[in-house]
Amino acid sequence: MQPTDIHNPNYFHKVVDCQWACPAHTPVPEYIRLIAQERYTEAYMINWESNVFPGILGRTCDRPCEPACRRVRTEEKPVAICRLKRVAADHKGDITRYLPKVPKKKNGKRIALLGAGPASLAVARDLLPLGYTIDMFDRDPGGGGMMRSQIPAFRLPKDVLEEEVDLIVNMGVNARYNYEITSMKEMLDMDYDAYFVGTGAPRGRDLDLPGRKEVSKHISIGIDWLSNVAFGHTTSISGRVIVMGGGNTAMDCCRTSNRLGAESVTVVVRSAFDVMKASDWEKEDAMAEGIPILNNRPPKEFVHENGKLKGVVFGRVKPVEADGRLKYVPTGEADVYIEANHILMAIGQENHCPWIERDLGIEFDKWDCPVIDEDSLQSTHEKIFFGGDSAFGPENIIWASAHAHKAAISIHLFCQGKDPKHDRPPEAVNLISQKMGLHEWSYDAEHDPSQRHIVPHADLKRSLDNIKVEVELGFDEDLGFKEAQRCLNCDVQTVFTEKLCIECDACVDICPMDCITFTPNAPEAELRTALTAPAETLEQDLYVSDTLPTSRVMVKDEDLCLHCGLCAERCPTNAWDMQKSIIHIPQLSSYAE
Amino acid sequence: MTFVPKPKARHPLLKTNEIGLTRRDYEAIVSTLCAGCGHDSVSAAVIQACHELSIPPHQFAKVSGIGCSSKTPSYFLGNAHGFNSVHGRMPSIATGAYLANKELKYIGISGDGDSASIGLGQFAHIIRRKVDMCYIVDNNGTYGLTKGQFSATNDRGSTSKRGVPNLYAPIDLVSLAIQLGASFVARSFSGDKQQLIPLIKAAVLHKGFAFIDVISPCVMFNNHEGSTKSYSHVRNHTEPVVDANLIMPRDEIAVEYEEGTTISVSMHDGSKLQLRKLSDSYEPDDRVSALTYVQQAQEEGEIVTGLLFLEEDAVDCHDILGTSDTPFNGLEQESLCPRAEKLEQINESLR
Repeated sequence: MQPTDIHNPNYFHKVVDCQWACPAHTPVPEYIRLIAQERYTEAYMINWESNVFPGILGRTCDRPCEPACRRVRTEEKPVAICRLKRVAADHKGDITRYLPKVPKKKNGKRIALLGAGPASLAVARDLLPLGYTIDMFDRDPGGGGMMRSQIPAFRLPKDVLEEEVDLIVNMGVNARYNYEITSMKEMLDMDYDAYFVGTGAPRGRDLDLPGRKEVSKHISIGIDWLSNVAFGHTTSISGRVIVMGGGNTAMDCCRTSNRLGAESVTVVVRSAFDVMKASDWEKEDAMAEGIPILNNRPPKEFVHENGKLKGVVFGRVKPVEADGRLKYVPTGEADVYIEANHILMAIGQENHCPWIERDLGIEFDKWDCPVIDEDSLQSTHEKIFFGGDSAFGPENIIWASAHAHKAAISIHLFCQGKDPKHDRPPEAVNLISQKMGLHEWSYDAEHDPSQRHIVPHADLKRSLDNIKVEVELGFDEDLGFKEAQRCLNCDVQTVFTEKLCIECDACVDICPMDCITFTPNAPEAELRTALTAPAETLEQDLYVSDTLPTSRVMVKDEDLCLHCGLCAERCPTNAWDMQKSIIHIPQLSSYAE
Repeated sequence: MTFVPKPKARHPLLKTNEIGLTRRDYEAIVSTLCAGCGHDSVSAAVIQACHELSIPPHQFAKVSGIGCSSKTPSYFLGNAHGFNSVHGRMPSIATGAYLANKELKYIGISGDGDSASIGLGQFAHIIRRKVDMCYIVDNNGTYGLTKGQFSATNDRGSTSKRGVPNLYAPIDLVSLAIQLGASFVARSFSGDKQQLIPLIKAAVLHKGFAFIDVISPCVMFNNHEGSTKSYSHVRNHTEPVVDANLIMPRDEIAVEYEEGTTISVSMHDGSKLQLRKLSDSYEPDDRVSALTYVQQAQEEGEIVTGLLFLEEDAVDCHDILGTSDTPFNGLEQESLCPRAEKLEQINESLR
């Protein structure tokens, strides 16, 4: 193998599994260390800079970081990264002095943000400090988009939502609420310098089955119904409720129904339990509230009598794996009939933009999605940029933040007459030694073997009685500290310098995970089996040195390294050093004064 | 020394041996020696060798004297028996322990000061008495604990860290051991575990006194240019003459070697020790020729390594003395402490 180029920003970035997996690339270990030091405000600001909504995401994020966490591989359960984010938000102090200054004198460029959801808000936050004039349009009476209209208060309290939304709006956004956008042409006629479309994926899918038309007044589309609950238009639901669908919206629908007076609630899912779209913890929380989830039951027919819904007939299937994909085949058993008075349909959403005229130069693909450049998020109309769910379909909030940073850079480049795709700033990596003394490191290297700590919940009866009672209580400072200590500090990298190595084997002997081997060089597949312990996780890189005096190379399997620093501790020549990698993900803030 | 404790976590694919233990089960506390010390590699080799032998850790006894080397039994086989004795007096303790219980596997760790200076007399006599043990000398040619004076194994002309040459000729423990009648004599290098681990395994299984001289660089005081016991000097002047490979009964493999280059020795536990000669003129089963070869090479500044001498079917001190096979701890009060009548009987027989 060729020697590893550790100055390629992606190399060490990949080692920080959580940061690599996060769409916004939040430097997770960095803020977790700050939490352990009770520096919650600083921890919050690291999050705020990167993902914009730490308090909201600390409760609602889909957590792509957690399955990626190294702890999953070294033991089983990841660090509770998401809930630590919430700890930072819950315990932070006054953040005003850390906020970017918004100049009174504007730079003369006007930007229109369509939609007031997370993507638009994050674009506004990035652009305002550079003097842009921001007008934000939304049909709802307040900002926040789906975070306000679709996420129930028992998961995301209103004050948490409003704090983070208002923070941005109060930076100087001209918010035009209750503004239903009906025509893109009309918007273009207002002659802004650039447009950002962040209107989300606002159309819930429907299901055309026999009886659908006849019972339409007993069927609600999940996200619309949740929105009606959020804005107080719907305050109760009665009788037996069936929630169709297996995503997080379905989980929110069933738990909300449970709180609004449903006699019984059942979730019926077409697919198997393990492959449901809903996050594991959402499923667990729903089941903990006594809601049954029935799997492998595709709906067949709505049964009705005199225009009244009586129930739904479901088929029975079983998942069969064929060519690595799950297929559902009928089991041959009799259909199931479940009585119901109301149905909530939560089977997916679409980024539907009927209000964009198709003759404006904005190209749409065969799935009726706008054609967008992945790097710049620019559409085929040079003034118009997309982000959030309206760009590539429904995703989690964290993607909206990630898109927003990209789009803000693009808009800035565009407004300066530069090319949003090719003039983008590059990523970079800095490495800083953490050695403070002979045996002193500036991070807590000791490995903490404790298991993942469980987030306490509010009393079940109390939370079912009141939809506004937040179910998860979050970690207190003590539990937060304990959980923070589980972080392996994967951003403190093991950096190897060939010319200092005397090949004494001290690192090989001390490494608790058998990550390090000195061996003759070979092609990667061969090297992976020739190591002290086989390197079977192919997605995890091998760190290979240049040839050493004994004509061997040092090979380190990054997979299971605990970043305990023992290799560097036991190295007599500092050929190993623990260095913090700081990955620079370009953001517009680096352009600001 | 290191303050970060070694995490208990281990690689999930770490091999287990025949008795279901991983290498980690043969470890002990983290070393307090200087980072990069060759002795730590020797400890790691002992850990690996004992793990591969599938002998439970509690069936070992570790004995040592004083010095950096003699501290190392604390850093391997945490669940074994052990005795850290007086400077140079480990052989006496080992002899006593072995007489009391021959069922344990004895690993003695000593250094060049402990065995070639203050303990040279004891070293000579434990060989002569043929105690069944694996005696390892971590040989760095320097007194590290007292800040780097030349030891008795330091080569003439080899310099101190400040460039002052050593005026005395070295004591070669390998030559001494061959001459004094050791039945297993080897030399190796702490930086070459591939050679060292099979040697330790064979030495542990060997019946009789097995000696391994391990050149183990002192990173603090004897790893500079001018030293003949530095990592780079040893790497550049090593001449391996006999490769040893221990084949356990469970993984017997047919290895084809050229006629006349391989000697196969059956160990008493059923495993086979294969010696592969890397030098045609070397005779590892001939005491006189082995000694001559080693000494000639030394004159030329070459370090001969490998299994240098092996005597099959060696006897040990229990055979010579005809003492009890049962360890003292397994004997009844009656046999351990015979009554006055028995003494009377013995005295009577001598009158």
